[in-house]
Amino acid sequence: MKPALPSSVFLEKRSYRRRRMMDAVRLLPVLGMLLLMLPLFWPSDPGAAGGDAIPMSTAVIYVFVVWLILICTAYALWRVLWFTRGAEASDADTSEDGDTG
Amino acid sequence: MSVNSLVAVSLAYVAFLFAIAFFAERAAARGQGGWMRSPWVYTLSLSIYCTAWTFYGAVGYAARSGMEFVTIYLGPTLVMLGWWWVLRKLVRIGRAQRATSIADLISARYGKSNLLAIVVTLMAVIGVTPYIALQLQSVTLSLGAFAGPPGSSTLGNPASAFWVAGGLALFTVLFGTRKLDANERHSGVVMAIAVEAVVKLVALIAVGIFVVWGIAGGVQPMLAQIDASPIGTWEMDRSRWVALTALSAAAFLCLPRMFQVLVVENDDERHLQIAAWAFPVYLMLMSLFVVPIAVVGLDLMPAGSNPDLFVLTIPLAEGREGLAGLSFLGGFSSATSMVIVATLALATMVSNHVVMPVWLNAQGRNGALVSGDVRNVVLVARRASILMILGLGYLYYRFSGGGAALAAIGLISFTGVAQFLPALLGGIFWRGASRWGALCGLSIGFVVWVYASLLPSFGPDGAMSARLLAEGPWGIGWLRPQALFGIEGLDPTVHAVVWSLTLNTTVFVIASLITFPTPLERLQGAQFVNVFELSGQPREWHAAMATSEDLMIMAQRILGADEARALFREEADRQGNFGHLPEPSQAFLQRLERELAGSVGAATAHAMISQLVGGASVSVEDLMAVADESAQILEYSSQLEAKSAELARTAGALRTANDKLTALSVQKDAFLSQISHELRTPMTSIRSFSEILRDTDGIGQMEKTKYASIIHGEAIRLTRLLDDLLDLSVLENGQVNLNVETGKLEDVLEKAVVTAQASGSGTLTIKRRRLNEAVTLSTDLDRLAQVFINLMTNAGKYCDADKPRLDVSVETRDGAVCVVFFDNGTPIAPEQRDLIFEKFARIDGTPGAGAGLGLAICREIMTRLGGDITLDHTETGNRFVVVLPQQAALAAQ
Repeated sequence: MKPALPSSVFLEKRSYRRRRMMDAVRLLPVLGMLLLMLPLFWPSDPGAAGGDAIPMSTAVIYVFVVWLILICTAYALWRVLWFTRGAEASDADTSEDGDTG
Repeated sequence: MSVNSLVAVSLAYVAFLFAIAFFAERAAARGQGGWMRSPWVYTLSLSIYCTAWTFYGAVGYAARSGMEFVTIYLGPTLVMLGWWWVLRKLVRIGRAQRATSIADLISARYGKSNLLAIVVTLMAVIGVTPYIALQLQSVTLSLGAFAGPPGSSTLGNPASAFWVAGGLALFTVLFGTRKLDANERHSGVVMAIAVEAVVKLVALIAVGIFVVWGIAGGVQPMLAQIDASPIGTWEMDRSRWVALTALSAAAFLCLPRMFQVLVVENDDERHLQIAAWAFPVYLMLMSLFVVPIAVVGLDLMPAGSNPDLFVLTIPLAEGREGLAGLSFLGGFSSATSMVIVATLALATMVSNHVVMPVWLNAQGRNGALVSGDVRNVVLVARRASILMILGLGYLYYRFSGGGAALAAIGLISFTGVAQFLPALLGGIFWRGASRWGALCGLSIGFVVWVYASLLPSFGPDGAMSARLLAEGPWGIGWLRPQALFGIEGLDPTVHAVVWSLTLNTTVFVIASLITFPTPLERLQGAQFVNVFELSGQPREWHAAMATSEDLMIMAQRILGADEARALFREEADRQGNFGHLPEPSQAFLQRLERELAGSVGAATAHAMISQLVGGASVSVEDLMAVADESAQILEYSSQLEAKSAELARTAGALRTANDKLTALSVQKDAFLSQISHELRTPMTSIRSFSEILRDTDGIGQMEKTKYASIIHGEAIRLTRLLDDLLDLSVLENGQVNLNVETGKLEDVLEKAVVTAQASGSGTLTIKRRRLNEAVTLSTDLDRLAQVFINLMTNAGKYCDADKPRLDVSVETRDGAVCVVFFDNGTPIAPEQRDLIFEKFARIDGTPGAGAGLGLAICREIMTRLGGDITLDHTETGNRFVVVLPQQAALAAQ
């Protein structure tokens, strides 16, 4: 027979994890903005100082890799949240909305 | 592939779309359409963001400016990834408020202001016009690409754009306005759009795969070819990179058609979470092959060919007719899906916010009850709006010359609709945002956009003269349309975006700060900003005022007779009212408003119901909800203040009562000690003299008589004291019976003077002025005489003048008859003046044996009779004034 305590600790941990995942969801667009604005620092005028111009293929690869990373992170976060939501039923749902303020 | 077969393929494709819409709607009506409400359909429907601009224009854009095209897709990607911040709230609010369009939502936020809805609608129509023109231009160009080199055919020249516009209008009218309902999701339209989304994605990817593996020969050679191409290095205008990303993010939220699919067609908020990563995947796939296609096109196509058409012309040049056909269908899908949803969204806005309010007003006060079917009005209004919007797009296309790059046109449109952003975001995050702020901000942003972006887009000497563009109006340099406030060297698009949005936001904030919102505005503001905290209960109707018959008539006109009957029957069954009309309960009215809102928009539906119901008042609870925390605290503290003031008043009253009780207690003690003293003095002498008489032998007769008369005298005094006490007690308790009779004041005074002089020492001279004594009284004359006698004997006893004298006169003061007794003795000291009417009050140091009850009795008597007795303040002598009861005297006159 299990005492009640470990089970509640387990739930606490789940809901804690869930909250941190929500934080990650909130911060993801900020990360995306930073990564996508990074090309601003690339040298864009071939004549100017600061090294050679970046080849277009590199730029294309960079943008699409960042794009892919963002999408995969968003997908992973959605998976985590979707399944913990299913597991916790109503318990975490209510606290989530209260957490929004 | 000939143009004729192309037209045939297009028509077949359109028929296919109609079939899909038809089956989707039938399935939805049968309740089988669960799979249509999946998040995947929702995600695909968002793809109307990718229009012909994306399909054709992105490649052209890339061929001209390299990677800059991707900003248009990075902005929406960031918005979708940040769904938690804005979209989640927007969707929740849109559902809670049953918004039918972005104009509806903004007007609902700012107190259901129809003026604001009209402004937003007009701005949206004008802002989207270049976008529609873009679709016309792209379809026309694509047809031209099939027709061969420019000029060899009538197809592809601007005139054929007219037929394209006409065909799109017909298609949209047939497709979108068969059913009248904007709020209930257009399951058929959404399904068709989802199919079109797949078609355009497949077409673009097919062309991309053909280009990479068919022409370039794989990924590595492709990358090498990219680096070797004219766009082979990273050349970026940094301000455009930032500004266009932000602009596309803003436009993604503000475009009327995006609002339609994101918010209005949203079926489940959780779909948003899936679309948050699924839609970026779609955008990424759409962008993936843009650069390769552009590079290969620049390499293969002859110089001077339109890069906007590379998606079509590369397969054609390579002899892949089938792929070119698929590509054409992809572009056609992009254009048609955008045109359908955009014109539907705009037509809904125009008919709900412009036509319906005008029409209802024209119908007069009882517009909601006039017989006739409103649905025809709405349908005609929507169809006319669709024609008008496409007509505007066509006109823009003609006047802009049809030669501009697709992306440039699209950006003008984006900047126009992005003007909604401050009012939209301010509305959902800031409770202080006010209607005037929104109106002023929108107006200034719109004006700057028209001046700096839309009008210059017609080219020099189009809508603006070349001179105006170069030198500014009237030569004012800092008003040059593309260098406002003297800031030169900015890219024109960045310039227009920065200035319009900056001024828009600034004016919006300042006007919101200095104006005061109406109660409804504040209520809506609270419901929008706090949408997650509030239960989302919409406004409540006071149901009692409406009759079911009226509601039935109105519903029939808007929903149609059959639908209305079905709705009412269902509601009646639900209420257990079988076979009758349902009761107009609150729940029913809310449901009815929702149904009506789907047809004519929330503001109009609200107005119609309120016409019948008599207005949904903002209830006290609503206002309490609006009142922000400080107002609640204020109210609470004012309640506290009122309570504490009440407490202070009570405490004051208690203190007064306590003082009075203390004084009474003191008075009672004084009275008891006084009375015991008064009783003991005569008793002592009676006892001593009776003891002498009893115990002393040999007392002479004379002495006996003397002692006995002393005892007798003291006994009389005692009796008189007791009589007086009894008298006073009777008077004070109000148990006295007044013996009211009518007589003359003269007689009463005469009797009093005789009695007083008989009992007194006789030294007092009483002088009367008989002049005014002829007053008839109706009162207790004996008691009055008693008062007079008392005053006269007092004067006789206490007047210490050499020749004591008492003047008795009758005066009239303030209409009351007064008898004045004025002696020439020493005036009573001011501090004792108040005391002499108290019981046992005797002036210190005066001779005499009175008990001090006389004046107390006098006052009691006068009070009983309804008059008064006072002592005037005088320099010499004492002046007692007996105020006769007024009625007694008046009655006699």
